[in-house]
Amino acid sequence: MIVYILKRLATAIPTLLALVIASYLLMHIAPGSPFSSERGIPPEVLANLNAKYGLDQPLWKQITTYLWNVAVHFDFGPSFVYKDRSVNDIIAQGFPVTLTYGALSFIAAVLVGVTLGVTAAIKRNSWLDYLAVGVSIGAQVLPNFVMAPILMLVFTLTLHWLPGGGWSFSDPRFWIMPVIALSTSYMASIARITRSSMLEVLGSNHIRTARAKGLPNRKIIIRHALKPALLPVISYLGPAFVSMITGSVIIDVYFTTGGIGKSFVDSALNRDYAVMMGVTILLGTLTILFNLVVDIIYGWIDPKIRY
Amino acid sequence: MALLDVKDLNVRFATQEGEVHAVNGVSFALEKGEALGIVGESGSGKSQLAFSILGLLAANGRASGSITFDGGEILNLPEAQLNKIRADRIAMVFQDPMTALNPYMRISDQMAETLIQHKGVSKRDAVAQAVEMLDAVKIPDAKNRVRLFPHEFSGGMRQRVMIAMALLCKPDVLIADEPTTALDVTVQAQIMDLLGELRRDLGMATVLITHDLGVVAGFCERAIVMYGGQVMEQSEIDPLFAQPTHPYTKGLLAALPRLDADSTMIPIRGNPPNMTGAPTGCPFCPRCDFVEDICATHMPPLISFAEGRARACHRVIEEVAA
Repeated sequence: MIVYILKRLATAIPTLLALVIASYLLMHIAPGSPFSSERGIPPEVLANLNAKYGLDQPLWKQITTYLWNVAVHFDFGPSFVYKDRSVNDIIAQGFPVTLTYGALSFIAAVLVGVTLGVTAAIKRNSWLDYLAVGVSIGAQVLPNFVMAPILMLVFTLTLHWLPGGGWSFSDPRFWIMPVIALSTSYMASIARITRSSMLEVLGSNHIRTARAKGLPNRKIIIRHALKPALLPVISYLGPAFVSMITGSVIIDVYFTTGGIGKSFVDSALNRDYAVMMGVTILLGTLTILFNLVVDIIYGWIDPKIRY
Repeated sequence: MALLDVKDLNVRFATQEGEVHAVNGVSFALEKGEALGIVGESGSGKSQLAFSILGLLAANGRASGSITFDGGEILNLPEAQLNKIRADRIAMVFQDPMTALNPYMRISDQMAETLIQHKGVSKRDAVAQAVEMLDAVKIPDAKNRVRLFPHEFSGGMRQRVMIAMALLCKPDVLIADEPTTALDVTVQAQIMDLLGELRRDLGMATVLITHDLGVVAGFCERAIVMYGGQVMEQSEIDPLFAQPTHPYTKGLLAALPRLDADSTMIPIRGNPPNMTGAPTGCPFCPRCDFVEDICATHMPPLISFAEGRARACHRVIEEVAA
C-alpha cells in the first residue's frame, strides 16, 4: 500500500512537469504580454521590464529557471502585474478562503446529496422520491451564477439576514451564501448518481441474500448496500472537489470573497504569467492528490482491489 | 398437519408489457423432514414460488393465496414478522454463489450477522459457530478462511459457504433454489451429497428447486413438476420415473442424457411460454405431442389418481404413459 502511494506520487512528477511546460508554452503562444496597455510603453521601458522579469531570455531558459525556483526554493516568483506582491503571497492569501468554502461546500454536497439519493432509492416511486428527484433537478438546472444573485436578492436585499459579500474566517454568516451557491449543482449530481447506483445495488443478488437472513431494512442498507452504492459517487468526488475549487471564480466575483478563483481568471486576462502558473500548478497538484485519495478509498471499500 | 402448506398460490408481476403471471394456483404441502423437489425448466415459476414463501419477491411482484408455516399464515406478513422466520426457521440457498454473497464483506461478518440477529449471541461466539458450520460443510482450514472475502473462494466453495450460512440457525425448512446450476458437474455431485448428509443430520425439511430431474431422483422423496407457473404432475419419486403420466414429465425424462448406448436424448420441441397475461388453457399445449382441441381453451384440474400421485392433463393416463 505504502509502496503503491509512493509510486503514484513519483508518477505525479512527470505529470506536473508536462503540465508546467504545456501551460508555459500556451501562455507565450497567446498574443499580448503582461506589460501591454492601451497607452503604449516606450521601448526602453519595455526592454527593462522584460529584463527584470527574465522575459528576454530564451524560452527554454525561462522554463528551467522557473522550474528550479519552484522545485528548489518553492518560490513561484513575483507577480507581473501587482508590484510588491509575490505569487506565494497571492496564493497564501486567497487559497485558505477558497479551501474553506470549497471544503464546506464539498461536505455539504456529499452529505445532502447522498442522503437525498439514498432516500429517493429506498422510497422509490413515493412522494419522497419525486421530491428528492425534483429538488436535485431544480438544483442542477440552476447554475451558480444564477443561484448567487438570487441568494443575494433574498437573503441580503430582502431579508437582511446575511452580508452580501466579503469574507471573514471568524463569522460563519459570510460563508453561508458562497457554500450554498457553490454546492447545489454538485449536490444534485451526487444525489442522482447515488440514487441510480443504490437502486442497482438494491436489486442485486447479495441484497436478496441479506433479506433472506432476516436482517431489518436499516441494517441491509447500511451494512450491505451503502458501500457498493457509493463506489460511483466516490469516483465522481475526486474531480468534483477540484472543479469546485477551480470553479469558484463565480463565487469570488459575486460575493467578493477574495479567493483564488478570482486571481486565476484575473491572471489569465492580465497575462500575469507567474500567478497563472502558480495557480495552475496548485490546482494540478490538487487534482493528482485527489485522484490518488479516490483510488485509495476505492481499495479500502472493494476488497478485490489490492495495490 | 404439514409443516409448510402452500394453497392456491399466485404470483404476479406488474411490468411495462403487462401483468406477468409467474405462478398460477400452485398448492403443495411439505411434511417435517421431507425432501420435496420442484422441477421445471427456466421460466416455469419455480424460483418465484420459492421467493414468495420468504417474501423475497421483487418490488413489482405480488403474491396471493395462502402459505401456512407451523400452523400460522406467513404469506404477505409484515417485514418485521417475516424477519423472525427468515434464516431462523426457513432458510434459503440461492442459485448463483458468485453473486449471492456480498463481495464487500468478509465471510466471518456475513455469517456472524445472521446469528447475532436471530440468536443474540456475541460477535466472538457467532464467528466461532460460523467456523464450526464451515467445518461441517467441509471447507478445509475454516478457522483461517472464515476471514476471507467471497472472491477468494472457488465457485463450489462459495456454494458451501452459502449452505453453511443458511444452516447456521438450524432451520426447520431449507429452500435450495438451483443450488448446483452454476457449478461444474463434478462439484454438483459433491454439493448434493453434502446437502443430503446435512439434511439427515439436522432433520430439516428441504425444498429442492431444479430443472434437473437427475438431481431430484437422487435427493428427493417426492416431486412436483411445474410448467408455465402451474403444477403438471405431482408424485413420489420412484413411480414418477417408472411411469410418468403427464406429457411434459415424459418429455423431461426423454430429454435427460443417459448412458445406455441405444437411447438418445430427445429435446422437448418449442420454447417456454410467454407468461404475460392470464393463462388460457394448458400452458404446455403448443409443445405437447398429445394435444387435443380442449387443451387450448381449458386448463385441466390437478386430479389425484393414485396414492400420493396427481396429474393435470385432459388425456387419459394409458394414452400418455404407453
